[in-house]
Amino acid sequence: MTQVIFFLAAIGAIAGALGVVLLRNPFYSVLALAAHLVSLAALFLLLRAEFVAAAQVVVYAGAVMVLYVFVVAYVGAGEQLASGAVLRVLGPLFALALAIELCIALLGSGLKGVSTKGAPYVPGFGSPKHIGTLFLTKYLFPFELASILLLVAAVGAVVLARRRRGLEPEETIAARIATPRPSFTGTMAEAAGIRPSRGDDPLAPGAQPVSSASDQQGGW
Amino acid sequence: MNIGWYLTVSAIIFCIGAGGVLTRRNPLVILLCLELMLNGANLALVAFARMWGTEDGQIFALIVMVVAAAEVTVGLGLVVAIYRRRLPIDVDELNELQG
Repeated sequence: MTQVIFFLAAIGAIAGALGVVLLRNPFYSVLALAAHLVSLAALFLLLRAEFVAAAQVVVYAGAVMVLYVFVVAYVGAGEQLASGAVLRVLGPLFALALAIELCIALLGSGLKGVSTKGAPYVPGFGSPKHIGTLFLTKYLFPFELASILLLVAAVGAVVLARRRRGLEPEETIAARIATPRPSFTGTMAEAAGIRPSRGDDPLAPGAQPVSSASDQQGGW
Repeated sequence: MNIGWYLTVSAIIFCIGAGGVLTRRNPLVILLCLELMLNGANLALVAFARMWGTEDGQIFALIVMVVAAAEVTVGLGLVVAIYRRRLPIDVDELNELQG
């Protein structure tokens, strides 16, 4: 039974990984990665890492994948780029050579445990209790460092992705401003008649031109 | 199943990711392939934790997941910034990073 689940999960994980690399549309790549992550969580469960498997599904297949899907939907698939002529041949060759080398290094390492099923299982191995105890005692410093890293990454992403003046081409900004708005929407200044409304709707209260300069002194 | 099987699967996943990083040109897909490489390393860490019967490898795997999440956040922020500036989303064209 363990063998069946292992081979199913391993085939799923490798097929998902191949799908990420080979599919041309980035959206399908993201979906393939989600399938790969769920298969990997099954492998983690077989290795008695319950908490890591749960975190994998919740954090990766949940949160990170949603982020990816949002960005792919925002940016769009883009034109389908063919890889360069040299790397298209050399890349898979390099990957194959690396795979053979890694397998030789891992399996021929002389570690006795590699050809066994691992240490005898004790109840509670990999449970949240054990992981939490280790995080708050032996690995307290990496734990705090990880929290600072997450904070820095969040702030950095906001700074990187925010809209900045002067960096975008002018015509795109003008086009964005001149986009017709639905009727009965607008700013407070337009509603009060201080700034003439740009809307095409004649019912908009600010459609009439501003009469006198004294109206322009409003405090908005 | 022997630990060696898990290590083989992790090596294969790592190498698929490495090949993807080399051959693909879309930064989004390159980030996905980096995730694949990190996941291969994670699988090896968890397998070794099972081999020794200690949870230290699982702690490492969780920290790697945190690092991967941070990397994805910043990388996707860069992709969105590139898209906003109407630059081509192609790593061969984007060979200089300056504000």
